[in-house]
Amino acid sequence: MPQSADKVLDHEFLFREPEYQSMLEGKKAFEFNHTDDKIKQIIEWTKTEDYKEKNFKRDSLVVNPAKACQPLGAVFVANGFAKTMSFVHGSQGCVAYYRSHFSRHFKEPTSCVSSSMTEDAAVFGGLNNMIDGLANTYNLYQPEMIAVSTTCMAEVIGDDLDAFIKNAKQKGSVPAEFDVPFAHTPAFVGSHITGYDNALLGILKHFWDGKSGAGEALTRVPNDSINFIGGFDGFVVGNMKEIRRIFGLFGVDYTVLCDPSEVWNTPTDGEFRMYEGGTTKAEVERALHAKATIVMQEFCCEKTTKYLKEKGQEVVALNCPVGVAGTDEFVMALSRLTGKPVPAELEKERGQLVDAMADSQAHLHGKRYALYGDPDQMLGLSRFLLELGAEPAHVLATNGDEKWAARMQAVFDASPYGAGCKSYPKRDLWHMRSLLHTEPVDFLIGNTYGKYLERDTGAPLIRMVFPIFDRHHYHRYPTWGYEGGLRVLVNLLDEYFETLDANTIVPGKTDYSYDIIR
Amino acid sequence: MSMTVEERKATNKALIDEVLKAYPEKMAKKRAKHLGTFEEGKPDCGVKSNIKSLPGVMTIRGCAYAGSKGVVWGPIKDMIHISHGPVGCGQYSWAARRNYYIGMTGVDTFVTMQFTSDFQEKDIVFGGDKKLEKIVDEIQELFPLNKGISVQSECPIGLIGDDIEAVSKKKSKEYDNHTIVPVRCEGFRGVSQSLGHHIANDAIRDWVFDGKTRKEHEFVPTPYDVAIIGDYNIGGDAWSSRILLEEMGLRVIAQWSGDGTIAELENTPKAKLNVLHCYRSMNYISRHMEEKYGIPWVEYNFFGPSMIEKSLREIAAHFDDAIKAKAEEVIAKYKPLMQAVIDKYKPRLQGKKVMLFVGGLRPRHVIGAYEDLGMEVVGTGYEFGHNDDYQRTTHYIKDGTLIYDDVTGYEFEKFVEKVQPDLVGSGIKEKYVFQKMGVPFRQMHSWDYSGPYHGYDGFAIFARDMDMAISSPIWGLTKAPWKQAA
Repeated sequence: MPQSADKVLDHEFLFREPEYQSMLEGKKAFEFNHTDDKIKQIIEWTKTEDYKEKNFKRDSLVVNPAKACQPLGAVFVANGFAKTMSFVHGSQGCVAYYRSHFSRHFKEPTSCVSSSMTEDAAVFGGLNNMIDGLANTYNLYQPEMIAVSTTCMAEVIGDDLDAFIKNAKQKGSVPAEFDVPFAHTPAFVGSHITGYDNALLGILKHFWDGKSGAGEALTRVPNDSINFIGGFDGFVVGNMKEIRRIFGLFGVDYTVLCDPSEVWNTPTDGEFRMYEGGTTKAEVERALHAKATIVMQEFCCEKTTKYLKEKGQEVVALNCPVGVAGTDEFVMALSRLTGKPVPAELEKERGQLVDAMADSQAHLHGKRYALYGDPDQMLGLSRFLLELGAEPAHVLATNGDEKWAARMQAVFDASPYGAGCKSYPKRDLWHMRSLLHTEPVDFLIGNTYGKYLERDTGAPLIRMVFPIFDRHHYHRYPTWGYEGGLRVLVNLLDEYFETLDANTIVPGKTDYSYDIIR
Repeated sequence: MSMTVEERKATNKALIDEVLKAYPEKMAKKRAKHLGTFEEGKPDCGVKSNIKSLPGVMTIRGCAYAGSKGVVWGPIKDMIHISHGPVGCGQYSWAARRNYYIGMTGVDTFVTMQFTSDFQEKDIVFGGDKKLEKIVDEIQELFPLNKGISVQSECPIGLIGDDIEAVSKKKSKEYDNHTIVPVRCEGFRGVSQSLGHHIANDAIRDWVFDGKTRKEHEFVPTPYDVAIIGDYNIGGDAWSSRILLEEMGLRVIAQWSGDGTIAELENTPKAKLNVLHCYRSMNYISRHMEEKYGIPWVEYNFFGPSMIEKSLREIAAHFDDAIKAKAEEVIAKYKPLMQAVIDKYKPRLQGKKVMLFVGGLRPRHVIGAYEDLGMEVVGTGYEFGHNDDYQRTTHYIKDGTLIYDDVTGYEFEKFVEKVQPDLVGSGIKEKYVFQKMGVPFRQMHSWDYSGPYHGYDGFAIFARDMDMAISSPIWGLTKAPWKQAA
């Protein structure tokens, strides 16, 4: 009997005990699997050029994609506004998924409601669901704003949010003046970053363009303040804190549009806070008058950027800057826009980051990396790797397009270490598996799902992409700013040293290289 | 300190009345039917169930797709399950349920992979049948060892009028009667995961049992062949159950569906007895096999030694004296281990109050395990239960237990705030809410990344986990000392 009360065996070890091993062996008689030889043969075949070629030819099947659907981005956005309840119109299962997905990453509650449409709504439309849903949400959760988005069900049947919300207000679901911004977020268009864009645009339009006819459009009276839009960011908790610190050092009047960093970082002190922090309605309104907006992730905010420009704001669109040059651009943009010099403290931090990179670069120089994730994040991380003399050999974005690929190429071309590096728009992690087999790299940068690639190909995984379910609290630390760059550097180095130690740990065989000083 | 039953009932009633006040009047009336207190002697728990969730209330429920792909089909390891429609559903449910299995993933097994048709606007406008055909071709080329394909419909499929049945038949024929199963589990169907289970069960009946697909798996039956039905092998649950059935002399010929294969499904009609753990998700196919193949089925409960013992005897009662004797041997063999576990943990857990809100069988099945540890379940409810679940629950719960069907976020928070249990067992969406409130919590869907909890080996882990949740020193730190003093 393997189990004991004194030393409880968990699944990790329990099933390795002989009783279980023999049971599992016996089970095979009923599984009728292929022969071991056949399995071995296919395993080997999946590692070949031939397999890769066939794999890259597929144009319909998607296997292990690195993207989610639009409403996830919309829920992220709604969470970034003060006392705002995210309301997704459509099937309820979707909302259960978004909430679980975020909670598994942030290890925090994620509040969001659904209009719970079912068969009858599929036939007659979801108007009644909107009417009852808004009333229930308003009464139960007492938000100051309800931000509506849609699942694909509501989009396929063509529900009209603007009309439905107006109708619900007429029926008294919520007071006429209550703010219910909305965005159509069809899951079959784009990805979660498109949903972020649409949802944020929906909120800005609501407040700036006259609240869907319920009020007057605001008139822009330009001032010297600066807006900041972060984009969909799995490290938002750490990054927003860092961004606010940087703005604070500049002493500039600024507004963060969409900041979920507090609601996903509440204390355990006996009280559950459904709402915490976030951009207030007053802040949204005054953001119209800003001189300029810094958009941290260009591809995540395409429509919003266009809209801001139409309003007369200057928009500085960055590609998720990570590391020295990227952060320099961000900081210099801030300096230019405000007319203030870069604060000495930041300059010192820059020097400290460069110092750390100089100390460590020899360990990373020439190392080849494969990366996947959102388009902007891939641009930012690739630039940082190139700064270190490392090579972002395969850079993949399932939700990246040709425009992104061209931008990646420009990044590669700008560095001698970019020669031979390649970008892969609209590809998935099964493509990446082929790449890692046929053109191996030293390290892989990705999210939790990358661990399957690590298992199959041996490329050590560095977790720096959303979602991260199987490591805790990474999201609490920044990747942006010089401080964030330091954090990213340490991540890269940790994995390098861990791998080196693991490769040299055999006593009497390889441990001559098991150095104590590195 | 503890209340009398009558006091508890009065308190529950006041509590329910209070939460209902927050709803608009019409909605309060509807929710009132789902909340109640169990009255000893009644045939059910006195609540309505399996009814549409109210919009906008933050239901904890999922959808039919989750019930089919996520629960029933997903764990069948040598098949490829296509999340057919937009990318999200498959992405959020990707490898999230911890259905353990043995196999070379991506080669001969596929459970922890996300296959999707990733619908784009053109697929919505022009239909996705052509794309589905192409997808089957691509799967057959790149994953040649797959033993079958299932098409798990997401919402748009049923709305745009795709004919996935025709595509499945056509492609199956094209690939030498390869198993291809269309499943109409669009998320908008029904009121919860539950209809998805039913649809998935029916798809097995129609397309696996009665399908024209290849069946190539012969073996010689024995009088002791049983199939485990409704165990998804979360954290290895089916394994720590199977080992007991085998120890009592039975031969397990199939696992539905944790660590299961299509061959096991196909061979199940040869079983002498179906042993059913999750009644909610697989009673349909069990009833079907009883009607069509004359296979009896028996529900069992492998949580905690009291229920395991009872269940082993009930299962053995379907067989000869040799099996009955062996069942007694198994019970006797594990007695010392169980006693050691109880001796270790019961003194620390005695009298602790638990509130549950889970799916499937757990809102009732785990109660015995808590009671083995001296704990008391004071409130429970089903995410997607039906009245037959609430009937079965009466055998487990005590007079005066608070019952909440399809509880809303608002209600659950208020109930826990007022009842002040020592432990809440629910899901990931609830976990952090209650932990913030300073209430110890265990996820009772995923076993909070632990497990197995089934069987004797699992009970040791269960007891240890409940103890560490409740006894963690963390809960003494939630109030700052300068505030405690005040």
